[in-house]
Amino acid sequence: MNLLSWLISPPGVATVAFILVVVVTILGALIAVSARNIFHNVLGLVLALIGVAGLFLFLNSPFVAMMQILIYVGAVCIAICFAIMLSEPMYLPKPPRSSFKTLGAVIGAGTVFAFLVLLTKKTTWTPAPERSTDWSVTTMGHYLLTEYVLIFEVISLLLLVAMLGAIVIARGGRGAS
Amino acid sequence: MEFLTQMLGADVARMVVGLIAIIALVSVNALFLIWMERKVAAHMQLRPGPMEVGWHGAVQTVADAVKLMGKELITPTDVDRPVYHLAPIVIFLPVLLSFLVIPFSQTLIIRDMNVGVLLILAFASLTVLAILMAGWASNNKYSVLGAIRSVAQTVAYEIPLLITLMSPILMVGSFSLADIVAAQERYWFVLTQPLAFILYIVCATAETNRAPFDLPEAESELVAGFHTEYSGMKFGLFFLAEYTNMFIVSALATIFFLGGWRGPFLPGIFWFLIKVYAIIFLLMWFRWTFPRVRFDQLITFAWKILIPLAFANLLITALIMKLR
Repeated sequence: MNLLSWLISPPGVATVAFILVVVVTILGALIAVSARNIFHNVLGLVLALIGVAGLFLFLNSPFVAMMQILIYVGAVCIAICFAIMLSEPMYLPKPPRSSFKTLGAVIGAGTVFAFLVLLTKKTTWTPAPERSTDWSVTTMGHYLLTEYVLIFEVISLLLLVAMLGAIVIARGGRGAS
Repeated sequence: MEFLTQMLGADVARMVVGLIAIIALVSVNALFLIWMERKVAAHMQLRPGPMEVGWHGAVQTVADAVKLMGKELITPTDVDRPVYHLAPIVIFLPVLLSFLVIPFSQTLIIRDMNVGVLLILAFASLTVLAILMAGWASNNKYSVLGAIRSVAQTVAYEIPLLITLMSPILMVGSFSLADIVAAQERYWFVLTQPLAFILYIVCATAETNRAPFDLPEAESELVAGFHTEYSGMKFGLFFLAEYTNMFIVSALATIFFLGGWRGPFLPGIFWFLIKVYAIIFLLMWFRWTFPRVRFDQLITFAWKILIPLAFANLLITALIMKLR
C-alpha cells in the first residue's frame, strides 16, 4: 500500500518515468549495435534517440527534447535510411561478425565509459549559474547570440566542414566512377 | 523533473479525459472525412457517391469500418515480422499525441506547452519513419518504392514547411499555439503572411501524401504504395492516421493563419471546426483538380522554388519586424 501510494505520487511517477526512459535508451543502443539487419540498427538508433529526448524532458527542457526528436529522429535517421538504400542489397548473406572488431569496439567504448564515470565522480557539481525559468524562444535566441555565441559559431563551423566533405566526396559525379 | 511532476501530478484527470476525447475525435473525424472525401469526389465528377446506407450514405463508412474490423489479418510469409507489426502503431501514436497541444477554443486545450508547434512538427516527422518501416518490412517492391518516394518527398517538403512556419512564429515570439491564436486578435495572419499561407498549404498537401503529391501511394503506379501488404485493421490504422494527419495539418493552418477559434457569434470550437473542415475541403478539391506531378518535378519544385521562397519570406518578415 505504501509502495502503491509512492508510485502514484509525483516523485514516484517521475522515478518510474526516469527508469523507463533509461531502459528505452539502453535497449535502443543495444539494438543499434548488435542487430544484424542494418535497417533494425537504424530503428534501434531511433529508439535510443527518443530515449535521450525523454532524458532532456526529464531535465526540464522540453525545447531541447523536441529538437532532439525533430532533428535526430526526423532528419538524421531518415538521412541514414537514404544511405542504407545506397548500400549493398539486403538479400545477400551477411558476412560473419569479425570478433577482432567486436573486441576493439568493446575496449574503445569501455574506455570512454570508464573515463566518463571517473569524470563524473571527480567533478564537484555546482548548479548552473543562470538557472532561469524563462525558456522562451526570445531568451534562448539572446543567449545563443550573446553569451554562447562561440558555441554557436563552432557548431556552424562543424556544419561547414561536413558540407565541404560531402562536396569533396560527391565531386567526382556519376561519370567518374 | 519539475516539468514531469507538474504534468503528471497536478492534472492527471485532465489528461485522461483529454486522451479519451482525442480518441473519440480521431475516430469520428476519420469516419466523417472518408464519407466527405467520397461525396466531394463524387459530386466533382457529377455522380451522387454513396447513397444507400443512411441519409445520403452518411453511415456508409461505419459499415465499412465494421467490415474492416471483421477481416482476417494476413501476414505475408517473407515479411520482416517485428517491424511489419510495429509500423501501423508507429504511424498512429504520434498523430494521436499531436492533439495534446491543439487549442480547440479559448479554454478547450489539453495542455498548452510553450513548445507546442515543435511538438507537432517533431511527431509529424515520425510519420515518415513509420512509412519507411512499413514499406521496407513488407518485402514487396511496390511497397519499397512507395516508401523510398515518401522519404525523398518528406525530406524535401519538411524543410520549407518548417521555415514557412517560422515567419508567423517570429511575429508572435512564441512556440505556444495558444499564444499564436492570441496574437491574431486584430487581424488574421493570412493577411500579413499570404505567401507563407500558400507555401504552407502546398507543403501540407505534400506532407499528408495527397494528390497532386500522392506519389508514395500512387495507386495507378504502385498498387497501394507502402501499405500494399497490409490487410484488415492494420490497413485501417494507416487509413486512420492519414485522415487524422489531414485534420492536424488543417488545424495548424487554422491556428497559424486563420485566427484559430476566433470568430463572431458562435462559440470558439464551432469556428475552429468550420475553418479546419474548410481547409480539408480545399485539400480534397486539389485532389480532383490537379494531375499528379512527376517525381523529379516534385523534388525540383521543393528544392528550387519552395525553399528559396520560404527563406525570402522569413528574411522579409525579420526585416520588417526589425524596422518597425
